Amino acid sequence: MSADPISTEPVSTTEPVSTTSHILGPVDQIPFGEGRAFGVDGEQVAVFRLRDGTLRALSAVCPHRGGPIADGTIDREVVMCPLHQHTFSLETGCSSTGAEPLRTYSVQEDAEQNIVLKYPQIRGNSLA
Amino acid sequence: MTSVLDRPQGRHAGAAPRRRLLVVGNGMAGARAVEEILARGGAEQFTITMFGDEPYGNYNRIMLSHVLSGEESDADIFLNALPWYRENSITLHAGVRVDRIDKFTKHVFSNDGRVTPYDTLIIATGSRSHMPPMDGLYTPGGSVKHGVFGFRTIDDTRRMVQHAEQEHHRRAVVIGGGLLGLEAAYGLKSHGIDVEVVHSGGHLMNAQMGPDGGAVLRRSVEALGIRVHTSSRTTAVLGGDTVSGVSLRDRDDIACDMVVVAAGIRPNVDVAVLSGLPVERAIVVDDRLRVQDEDDIYAVGECVQHRGEVYGLVAPLWEQAVVLANHVTGVDTSSAYLGSRTATKLKVAGVDVASMGLHGPELDTDEHIVFSEPSRGVFKSIVVRDNKMVGATLLGDSRKVAYLTQAYDRGLPLPEERIALMFDVGGPGEEAGVAELDDRAQVCNCNGVSKKALVAAVKGGCTTVSGAMDATRAGKGCGSCKLLVKQVVEWAADGAVEEDPAASYYVPGIPLDKPALMAAIRKQGLRSVSQVFTALAPGSAEDAKSKMGLASLLKMMLADRYIDERDARFINDRVHANIQRDGTFSVVPQMKGGVTSVQQLRRIADVAEKHNVPLIKLTGGQRIDLLGIPKEDLPQVWADLDMPSGYAYGKSFRTVKTCVGKDFCRYGTGDSTKLGIEIESRFQGIESPAKLKLAVSGCPRNCAESLVKDVGVVAVEGGRWEIYVGGAAGAHIRKGDLLATVDDPEEVKLLAGRFMQYYREQANWLERTYSFVPRVGIEHLRAVIVDDSEGVAPQLDAAMQASVDSYVDPWSERDDPLTPGQFRTSLPLTVLPQVPVR
Repeated sequence: MSADPISTEPVSTTEPVSTTSHILGPVDQIPFGEGRAFGVDGEQVAVFRLRDGTLRALSAVCPHRGGPIADGTIDREVVMCPLHQHTFSLETGCSSTGAEPLRTYSVQEDAEQNIVLKYPQIRGNSLA
Repeated sequence: MTSVLDRPQGRHAGAAPRRRLLVVGNGMAGARAVEEILARGGAEQFTITMFGDEPYGNYNRIMLSHVLSGEESDADIFLNALPWYRENSITLHAGVRVDRIDKFTKHVFSNDGRVTPYDTLIIATGSRSHMPPMDGLYTPGGSVKHGVFGFRTIDDTRRMVQHAEQEHHRRAVVIGGGLLGLEAAYGLKSHGIDVEVVHSGGHLMNAQMGPDGGAVLRRSVEALGIRVHTSSRTTAVLGGDTVSGVSLRDRDDIACDMVVVAAGIRPNVDVAVLSGLPVERAIVVDDRLRVQDEDDIYAVGECVQHRGEVYGLVAPLWEQAVVLANHVTGVDTSSAYLGSRTATKLKVAGVDVASMGLHGPELDTDEHIVFSEPSRGVFKSIVVRDNKMVGATLLGDSRKVAYLTQAYDRGLPLPEERIALMFDVGGPGEEAGVAELDDRAQVCNCNGVSKKALVAAVKGGCTTVSGAMDATRAGKGCGSCKLLVKQVVEWAADGAVEEDPAASYYVPGIPLDKPALMAAIRKQGLRSVSQVFTALAPGSAEDAKSKMGLASLLKMMLADRYIDERDARFINDRVHANIQRDGTFSVVPQMKGGVTSVQQLRRIADVAEKHNVPLIKLTGGQRIDLLGIPKEDLPQVWADLDMPSGYAYGKSFRTVKTCVGKDFCRYGTGDSTKLGIEIESRFQGIESPAKLKLAVSGCPRNCAESLVKDVGVVAVEGGRWEIYVGGAAGAHIRKGDLLATVDDPEEVKLLAGRFMQYYREQANWLERTYSFVPRVGIEHLRAVIVDDSEGVAPQLDAAMQASVDSYVDPWSERDDPLTPGQFRTSLPLTVLPQVPVR
């Protein structure tokens, strides 16, 4: 779905849990193969730009010891937290090293090369 | 008499007060029991307090032999470090011994004067080294003589290592030729100590095997350079204040500098005896692990006697802890411990040993199948009674252990052709053996991992052997079960097991060892990490775990021809600073040779003040560390400092520590500061498989600690310089080996550079010089580096020169970030710029 990029109103979707879309700015603020952190509705989200150009978004805080996930090393499948090398699937957020999972978000690039993050909302309130 | 001061218990108004569970003993048994209780929801029922004699969290005692031999650092063997206790709301009194239990008023008295009440008590006091009676073991003051060691605790092990590392200590006697004694001997041997084992039994490991197996084992042990005296009792420890030797009955004295007593263990029952609990050989418990005639006191582990048996192995302990936890939490009150059949399977002094049941035939009708091949150190003996296996001993070849353990435990019918018990002769293969293995069968005894747990890990997606090992910790103990772990994983994955990233790969994602990887990179002209993945990785797949190692290798090989892709770098190398636990960074400016100036100090002070640096710390490498710098402030901090990077973050040449040198020191014989500064100027920032820490000392007093550096230089009388390599004094302690003694500081720089280049080209990723040097051998290094026996010295020197020439101070990136947002915060702790919602 491609909504108007300059609208600032939350857009309801047909999904059971409503989501809002956020524009996080131009995609080239993230170098290929790296990640950057964004604050979205008080949540910290790490957005990664894979070397193939696609985007992935996960919660930016490592559940193990609060490491900065956006500073992690990635490949096409996983991100590795820089503090203790816990590894998480970029797709599902599940850890292959025994840590709690990271939350994942749906993220895309729109026609204007902006990062668009879909953020789940419960009854119009942001998740705590 | 038991007037007890106690806090009132009325804190939980409303909620039902939790019962107080008190555990005496914080070893493997105590901690495992608590883990099992927590796994059954024990945290809801109990407030848990633990007392431990040793001032630590709990660790894997089985692994102490690896710590002694230097294969593991002592930090690696902790099962639960101190934070675990906090996270599980367990009050731990570490380093506190419980002296007495008042079972009537339900309190324990500990040696710190504390009186602690309990509702349920678990005794898990374990055992201690048995000191057999002999003269001269103790000083007149009653303490054990200096140089005499038990081998039971982490402190015992550390003291032994410390003692063995001292230069003048060359010879050790180990009393006891059982499992522990042989492990001690093997460990000491790896410190370059001459070791003799004195064993009172007729053959080695007589608790686990018969005389024939013992003879084969003896041969294998002696092949390691360890001398063995059997049927020989130590009557006295010789020497005044410190050990000088031992006396044997009927034999000549043996001179030595240290004595390790490994003559068995004895249960720690003092507390139980003093408190009026039933003690025979150990504390008597019933099938629920409850102390006989006590309703609320349980006991578990080596301090326990159950149905007349006292166990000194770890496997029974795991089984006991489960039953105990079922009862303590009330989850399964029908649970019963019926004793353990002890099948031992371990690696002793590098030799695979498995033993179960009888060592030899006892009845005329017993069948005894024996295979012996002493030259390979292989011995197999199996005892069969009524077509059931009743005992087996396997030495040097553990391939059939899984099957035999199973046959022994469950009385499986045996193949008519008995030889199939020992070898695969086209009969039921190993696959079948694993398939028949009971779900509850313990695969890894050290970490208590069952077949079921391994299978669950595989079904959960760990389809590589190493993945399943990581997930379950199976095989991470003594390592003797690795083959079985592999078989189980392969069986569980049903043929879908992924090719295991072999240990020989330089990085896990490229199936090549270092020489093959370097050859392929050269041959194909690869210049960046992504090119390497595309050309050499299976399916051209990137691998996050391999990126950093490849980036370092390519930079080393190609110098300025390397195409630097920033995503291949670890965060430290992207932002040229060391990430800290809170996601901030540490900044260490270069301070060559640890020499600074008024201007530098003033500038550092100004920067620290301007940026409110939370912690300013002098480092071990003689620099000044500014800690707690947010990533986004790094460029400004560097600009304000206007000093080059000190590389306190990379897998690279770090620093050169120096002593005062001859200008000021009245003992100095060489200008150590000048040489140190020159070395640091030359080799600053060069990347390597692991970090390199150097030192230069101006005299043999060695104030810069050159003997424990990756490369250490010592000035000696006559204007000469000694170069040591492969030293370490961190998690691992090793004295460096003397590479060469030279006349000229220029020669020092040349040979140090040549050694470092050889290390860069030959060492495995993350292999420090303290592993690399003993692996390739100092004689070989001397030949290659000093005598140029392979004719590679000119290439090594040229390659190092190219690296030196391509050096650029990374902190110059401050004015011109290389990637967008290179220094943008990723910190979850700070409020990030909020973006508009649409």
